[in-house]
Amino acid sequence: MEEGVVNEILQGPLKDIFDSKQLITNVSGSGNNWAVGYKVFGSQYQDQIVEKLRQTAEHCDCLQCFFIIHSMGGGTGSGLGTFILNVLEDEFPEVYRFVTSVFPSGEDDVITSPYNSVLAMKELNEHADCVLPIENESLFDIVSKINQMVTSGKPGTTVKPESLVTLNEGGIKKKLQEKPFDTMNNIVGNLLLNLTSSARFEGSLNMDLNEITMNLVPFPQLHYLVSSLTPLCTLADVNIPPRRLDQMFSDAFSKDHQLIQADPKHSLYLACALLVRGNVQISDLRRNIERLKSSLHFVSWNQEGWKTSLCSVPPVGHSHSLLALANNTCIKPTFIELKKRFTRLYKKKAHLHHYLQVDGMEESCFTEAVSSLSSLIESYNELDVTKGLPVHDPLRLNIVI
Amino acid sequence: MEPKVISQTLLKAAHSGRWKYGQHSHFCQKQGSGNNWAYGYSVHGPKHEESIMNLIQKEVEKYDSLRGFSTIMSMAGGTGSGLGAFLTQNLRDAYPNSFIINQIIWPYGTGEVIVQNYNSVLTLSHLYRSSDALLVHENDVVHKICAKLMNIKQISFRDVNQVIAHQLGSVFQPTYSPEDSCQYRRNPLGDLMASLVPHPEFKMLGLRNIPQMSENSLAYTTFAWTGLLKHLRQMLISNAKMEEGIDWQIRPPLSGLPALEKVLPNKEFHFNTSIANLVILRGKDVHSADLGGFKDPALYTSWLQPSDAFSEWRTHRAFNKYEKLAALVSNSQFLLKPLDTIIGKAWNMFASKAYVHQYTKFGIEEEDFLDSFTVLEQVVASYCNL
Repeated sequence: MEEGVVNEILQGPLKDIFDSKQLITNVSGSGNNWAVGYKVFGSQYQDQIVEKLRQTAEHCDCLQCFFIIHSMGGGTGSGLGTFILNVLEDEFPEVYRFVTSVFPSGEDDVITSPYNSVLAMKELNEHADCVLPIENESLFDIVSKINQMVTSGKPGTTVKPESLVTLNEGGIKKKLQEKPFDTMNNIVGNLLLNLTSSARFEGSLNMDLNEITMNLVPFPQLHYLVSSLTPLCTLADVNIPPRRLDQMFSDAFSKDHQLIQADPKHSLYLACALLVRGNVQISDLRRNIERLKSSLHFVSWNQEGWKTSLCSVPPVGHSHSLLALANNTCIKPTFIELKKRFTRLYKKKAHLHHYLQVDGMEESCFTEAVSSLSSLIESYNELDVTKGLPVHDPLRLNIVI
Repeated sequence: MEPKVISQTLLKAAHSGRWKYGQHSHFCQKQGSGNNWAYGYSVHGPKHEESIMNLIQKEVEKYDSLRGFSTIMSMAGGTGSGLGAFLTQNLRDAYPNSFIINQIIWPYGTGEVIVQNYNSVLTLSHLYRSSDALLVHENDVVHKICAKLMNIKQISFRDVNQVIAHQLGSVFQPTYSPEDSCQYRRNPLGDLMASLVPHPEFKMLGLRNIPQMSENSLAYTTFAWTGLLKHLRQMLISNAKMEEGIDWQIRPPLSGLPALEKVLPNKEFHFNTSIANLVILRGKDVHSADLGGFKDPALYTSWLQPSDAFSEWRTHRAFNKYEKLAALVSNSQFLLKPLDTIIGKAWNMFASKAYVHQYTKFGIEEEDFLDSFTVLEQVVASYCNL
């Protein structure tokens, strides 16, 4: 699958990172068909996949987790990607599975993307430990904002060259040679780097990856985390006022910095994690939490639901950075929208025959998938209803003296 | 668990040039506990029980006479709390005649770990069964001390740890024994336990120090024992966490009259009743210090006489550049409110079953939670009724 893509990467600047023994490709793609990706390629390549996974896993003394990075709208990423998720659960049940999924946006060019996404969502619901949804639209908005900042030339806003979150290598001049999706992919790359930084580098408050699932997933089904990354670039101004640090925290909660189209500030938080990198002390962190707490709505049983981590090593080009992960009901509209687009196609049974042609696919797959999505939306609804209601503490145990 | 932390600690100690850890006297693993008490207790515990107990045994065998064990652990995470509770249980089984004092780091009220209240409740309930005393360091309090008294602008964990280290040093550094004022006390841990924990239901100890200030201000300030002890006494009575902002309106109940209204945790209670107190004085003219104020029976619960409830240790050797220093270790209602708050929050979360699946995954069932809640509500009720 996607031989062309893989070959391109192998010829690019990152070719030395990938071990050629770990790659599986095929000339033909999945034709934007989840069923082909999952059932056909899945069964065809299952043994090879398991074999390669085992080989690589054996090299680790301590396997922390798996990262799956895929898109939901297509056929291979969506179908084969979720198939691999299943395989990982069977082969390595105790290892956490983190999935970074690119959700299709409204004006997606793939017509069957709603089908592919909903079918993939069912797998994510059941087999992933933690999902970080991303939307191309948001990435694109962020990239435009950065470009604006770079080219605006307002006094006091000159940007330090190496600090753009979207850069491949140092230097703004190379921008013209970059491919269009590279800048957006760099943002996701930075997300993953920041996520794992505390596990890779030292810090005063370390955080392992399994702590993310422990703290941010209160119920097994609700494991979708909205992420936001700040700062997007550092100004070249040497006199950085201390307010910039506080600004970084405020930005993380604004809807312009989220990696999906969502507004967490006006929805209900179930939990929130702040992963800080750089020279930030615990007192700065605490001060900002106090400051932001009042403007955010937290669920009644988790009023102080903050998880924090401090890593001393900042990312390249920045003096500090913040990744905020929120388990928030603002993701519900994304799912509702997805369901709507799915229903629109499914009502007319449009393009359904491409899927049903594949061995092992039946209409029940579709109905199960959409009901799984509906129950997820319902769970979020139930929580949303409690927002803003007066809180009654449950009665405590009474001790008889 | 925590290979980075261990290697950093070993390095720092070796760098100081004055002391270091033994080459083999540490244990760590790459896999952490993921802030999951159940993982620390049920997975890491049994898995590494043998190696850890062997390490401990090797150390213990070096001593002619083992006084006891002092552990330092945090309650919010997974390893310190879960594995710590498991180990304490094991220590109790393996060394039934040694004292065990657990020093617990009480987490910040907000923003460390989301499941910190669950982890704390599980830890405290298990420790209560195996430990002899729980000496508590509250992060929020130490943080305030750094901010208000030490005047540190950007507080790091290093600053917090230094304050805690100072407080511990002021308690556990040698003091003269009462029988012979030229000999140091032989068994401070044992003496501490004997004076402070007369009843197994009451094990929560709090620590207060006076004075506390930044090193720069030390050179310009002088103290008198009367002033220091007056403040310390009022800190005890009014449950003040530090020497600033003490409420001087609170007075002990007049002796002979029945105690003021029975204290309920959700009422703003005023007077801090003690079971037992230990005051440690270090510095110049220590023998002239008058501790009469601490021997007032009104401070104590009715079933103990001040002569049994109050102890003092003195030494004229100054500690850590403070010309005069007084430390108070108190078994009193100091920790009633923090304990009650943690139980309340954990119970709130438990009522909606949030995060419980993460614990049941590793063998801690809902009944275990309920047991822990019961144990701690009992402790709260006992302290309330002093």
